[in-house]
Order: sequence, then C-alpha cells, then structure tokens
Amino acid sequence: MATVSLEKLVKRYGSLEVVHGIDLEVADREFIALVGPSGCGKSTTLRMIAGLEPVSGGNLKIGGRVVNDLPPRARNLAMVFQSYALYPHMTVRENMGFSLKIAGQKPEEIAPQVEEAARTLDLTHLLDRRPSQLSGGQRQRVAMGRAIVRQPDVFLFDEPLSNLDAKLRTQMRVEIKKLHAKVQSTVIYVTHDQVEAMTLADRIVIMRDGYIEQVGTPEDVFQRPHSKFVAGFIGSPPMNLKDAEIADGQVVFANGDRLPLPARFKDRVTAGQKVTFGLRPDDLYPTGHGIHSGEDADVHRQDLRVILTEPLGNETLVFSDFAGAEWVGRMLNPRRLSPGEALPFCFDLSQAHLFDRESGRTLRG
Amino acid sequence: MNDNAKARFNGFLLSAAHKIGLFLAMAVICLPGLWIVLASFRPTVEIMAKPPVWIPRDLSFDAYIAMFSGVGQGGIPVIEYFRNSVIISVTSTAIALALGMAGGYAFARFRFKAKSSIFLGLMLTRTVPGIALSLPLFFVYSKLGIIDTHFGLIVAYVALNVPFTIWLIDGFFRQVPKDLAEAAQIDGCTRWQAFWQVEFPLAGPGIASAGIFAFLTSWNEFALASQLTRSVNSKTLPVGLLDYTAEFTIDWRGMCALAVIMIIPALVLTFIVQKHLVSGLTSGAVKG
Ligand SMILES: Nc1ncnc2c1ncn2[C@@H]1O[C@H](COP(=O)(O)OP(=O)(O)O)[C@@H](O)[C@H]1O
Ligand SMILES: [Mg+2]
Repeated sequence: MATVSLEKLVKRYGSLEVVHGIDLEVADREFIALVGPSGCGKSTTLRMIAGLEPVSGGNLKIGGRVVNDLPPRARNLAMVFQSYALYPHMTVRENMGFSLKIAGQKPEEIAPQVEEAARTLDLTHLLDRRPSQLSGGQRQRVAMGRAIVRQPDVFLFDEPLSNLDAKLRTQMRVEIKKLHAKVQSTVIYVTHDQVEAMTLADRIVIMRDGYIEQVGTPEDVFQRPHSKFVAGFIGSPPMNLKDAEIADGQVVFANGDRLPLPARFKDRVTAGQKVTFGLRPDDLYPTGHGIHSGEDADVHRQDLRVILTEPLGNETLVFSDFAGAEWVGRMLNPRRLSPGEALPFCFDLSQAHLFDRESGRTLRG
Repeated sequence: MNDNAKARFNGFLLSAAHKIGLFLAMAVICLPGLWIVLASFRPTVEIMAKPPVWIPRDLSFDAYIAMFSGVGQGGIPVIEYFRNSVIISVTSTAIALALGMAGGYAFARFRFKAKSSIFLGLMLTRTVPGIALSLPLFFVYSKLGIIDTHFGLIVAYVALNVPFTIWLIDGFFRQVPKDLAEAAQIDGCTRWQAFWQVEFPLAGPGIASAGIFAFLTSWNEFALASQLTRSVNSKTLPVGLLDYTAEFTIDWRGMCALAVIMIIPALVLTFIVQKHLVSGLTSGAVKG
C-alpha cells in the first residue's frame, strides 16, 4: 500500500523531451487511469514509475521515498504488460510463482499463494499449461495473477485489455474492478480508451503531448473539462465542438446561425471573441426524447434536418444539420426517423461549454 | 472416376514422388559417408579396384587394430590426436559461445555508436579465407612462440568462430521479446538474473546451434591446423590423417578408419544437442 508522487517528472530521449515535467499525486489505494491519444507519453510515464526507464528530471516518490534511481525490484510493484509478457518456457504455475521464487521462498510456501491467486482469477484448471496453450483472455488473467501473487504496493497496467476482443474487454474490465476492490492496492492504469478510464478509475489523468491536461474524477472530466482537448477526448460519441464568435450577446457560427449565449458565460466573454462552442450529444435531442438538466429557460428550441441516424436499440444517435455542420444528438425512447426529415430539437444550453479558440482553455470559472 | 477419387490418387502420386525425391537426396548426402565407413573395413585392393567392387567380399577390423598398435606397426598416436582435438575444440567452442552470447546480446538489446558498422566489420572478417591467413599467422605465432601449442590453435579458432556465433545468437536474442526481461526485473530479478532466468533459456536453441557450428568448425578444421601444429603436442585429428600418406602411397583404408573415429564424436554431439533444439519456444509469450 503506497502513495505515488510525480514531481516535475521529465523524460528525455537524447535531446528529444517526451514528458515535460508532470506533477501528480496518487493517493494510497487509489485507482488512477492515465489516458490520452497514442504517443502522448503514457507508457513512458508508467515505465519511469516501474523503473524500466531512467528518470531524466524531477522526482519520483513511492510511499514517500524517492526512488528515481532504484531498480524495478526495489520498488515493490507489479506490472501487467500490453503483450502480457508471460514467460513462455514456464507453466502458468511457474509464471505466477516466479517472483516468489526469485525472492527466495520455498516451493511449499509458494504453492498455496499461487493457488489462492489462481482461485481468485479462476485459473486453477490451467495451472499446468504453458502460455502458448492459452487463449488471449486466459493469458491476460495469468498476467494479472502473476501480478497479484506479488502483493505489490502499486499495480501498474499498460493497456492490458487492448489485445482482447470487445466482449472479453468488457468482461475483464469488470474483473479488474472487482480485483481492485479486493486487493486494495494503489493502481496506475494506462489506456487510450476513455471508456475504460471512465468505468475503472477513481481519478483520470488526461495526457497530451507529454503534458497533463487535466486530473479529475470521471464526473469532473466529463462535466467540467478544462480544455477543448479534454472535452473532445472524453465521452462517446464525442462532444460537438464548433467554432463561433461572440456578437450581440449571442454565439454566432461561421454561417451566421446563432445560439443564445448561456447565462453563466455572460460575464466571461467579450464581444468579438473567437470561441469554440461545445455541446454533448446528450444535451441535443429531439423534443420529448431527452432530459433537461437545467431550467427550462436554458433550453433553446429549433427545427433541424436529420442527415443520418444510428439506432442503438435503447437510443438512437441523430446526426443533424446546424450552422453548416453536422451535430450529433442522442434520442432516448427512439422512434424511427428518416434522413431529410425536419424535427424540433432541444439544445440544453445549461450544459454547454465555451472554450477560448486560441488557447483551447475553458471560459467557465 | 469421381473427383474425390481423382484427388486422392493425385495426392498419392504426389506423396510417392515426394518420397522418391527425398530418398535420392538422402542417398546423395549419405553415400559418401557410408562409403568411408565401408572403405575402412576393406583392403586397399578392393577400395582401388576398377571397376569398383560394390559388394564387399573381405571385411576386417585390421585398420582399426593397426591404428592403435603403436608407431612402427602401422599405428599412429591417435589417442594424443583425439585428446588435442577435444581440448582445442571444446575450449574454443566454450570461449566462442561466451563471446558470442555477450556480443549477440549487446547487438540485440543495446544501442551504441557505430553499431551497424561494427556488426558489418565482424561479418567481413568471415570473407577472408582461413588458408590465406595461415602464413601471416605462422609468422606471428612463431615470433610469439606459440606454434604447436593448444593455446595457439584455440585463439585461432575462437577468432574464426566468434563473428558467426555473434551473428547467430544476436538473431535469437532479437526473437525474445524485450518485455520478458522487463517483466522479470519487475518480478524481482536483477538484470543478470533476468538474463539467466528468462532470456538465456529462450535463446537456448540458438546458442546450442551456434555451439554445434563452432565445435564442428574447430573439430574439422585442417588448413590452419596443418600449418600451426608440428607434433603430438598439438596435432589434431584432421592433421593426423596426413600420417597415412607416404611419399608414394596413401593408406586409404587407414585414413578412412581415422575419419570414422573423427566422425563418431561429432555425430554423437550433434544428436545430443539437437534434441534440445526445440524451436518455437517463444511462442505464447506475447499477445493472443
Ligand atoms: N526509446 C525511445 N526513443 C525515442 N523516443 C521514444 C522512445 N520510446 C518512446 N518514444 C517517444 O515518446 C513518445 C511517447 O511514447 P509512449 O509513452 O510510448 O506513448 P503512449 O502514450 O502511446 O504510450 C512518443 O512520441 C514516442 O515516439
Ligand atoms: Mg503505450
């Protein structure tokens, strides 16, 4: 059980800096997800924490102790690799017991611990197989088993589910969540999949180009994105983000279409300011097929032409035409729509976002 | 005939052709070896007979008996030659493997300056025929006073084998995913332990192949050995074969007998090691 602190952590490969002095405090037993697009430095950060990459600058503390220059084995953590990295020349049992063997425990001490972990992960019947005789999902579970046998202070996961098919991924996500509830260790979980991050993590760290964009609970980053980037990254389907300008106390889009300026931005913008307007699909719905989150006064009503629909069963994604662009809306209790049909829509502006177009930062306080 | 029967018949023809082809290829490869074994049991007249005598009439162990019966009765110091061969081959193989593992691992895992040039340079040394080096080596060795010593030949053979062992072992280490050694380090290993516990066993088949190759090269090498050895102090079995040539005659039967003595250990070793050449050992390490 341990806290993890990154203080101005920097990683350079030669003259190329890929992690630019990031700060992060991970509390004991917290489940932290690092998300961001591919190449943003998630794995590099995780590997620095693991001790697999030397730290180029700043401090890394685990349990309050600076571990910058300690080798991985001195940090008492476990890591599940994207590739699983099972030892192919050992059976599942040997794979799971390997760390204990290296730690000098006797076979009769190792056996019960391995069997206990195998029971937790439902691997008992596979203990004598080799990794090559397992399916992808089973290998994934063995990799997790190998990690929990160590009883580490910190679990590190590097995109552990990205090699599984969609169904298995959902299933393993649940198992990881249960596992965390059970072992109560600190977890740092890297993924490029925001759904995984949202469903698993206590707090989400959104990274971009070697910087941290925002840290917050899933609700935080979803409802109060600090930047256009976070707004577009979190949520599926992504938030509608359209460039606009402020004029006459209204949001004016490039083609002249207008929306009222949401009340809470009134004092925060100046006339002529270039902004990006953001509205989640949940807040753009055919009248009668969505939920107002705010007061009725904040709802803007307008007829829109439907371009395309994506029925998902319990809801339908509606792509409609507004301000010369395509906007995604979400229709609850859907009825059948045909392309070209014009429908009354509600824009729930109490949930709208405004970002400064230049800096990409949010304009709300 | 329906289509199924036709396909079955074609399949049968194909497998028959396959087997005949294999048999011919094996015959071409194996016959010279078998002929040597056979010749070692036959009198010279029968070996040299024209037209050749296919079915042996007169088989005996005379050549083997003579070989071990001491100088003067047609014998040669075969025990000493054998001892020299074993010492030189085993030692040079062990050293070439150690260097090959160190070098191969470095090339497979580390980045360093001029890596590809160094690698190319190592390979280029193999383009020089060994015999072209024998005279310069002879001069250097006689100045150093290491002509006719085990040490001299061992050094020469290590130099001969190291580029190849590095190249081969490098390829095998490349196939071992880097993640595995990292996982081992997280599991509590030092780099050194991670190498021996995980990477070494997985590259094992490659290292064994390199070992066989290095051993056979040293065991069979003749050109350098014939220049750098003089006496029973260091003469190896291939050089010993020359003991059967006199000014005007060659004792083909004796030579073949010694050749058989030479082949046996090489064959046995190859078979022993070959059992451990389980390929595809790294499958299942990564992904699914
Ligand atoms: N060994 C390396 N040498 C140079 N650049 C590297 C190396 N490893 C990663 N990088 C760079 O660092 C950046 C971050 O990589 P990584 O942490 O793997 O991203 P991701 O967020 O997809 O896991 C990428 O731009 C990548 O090209
Ligand atoms: Mg990555």
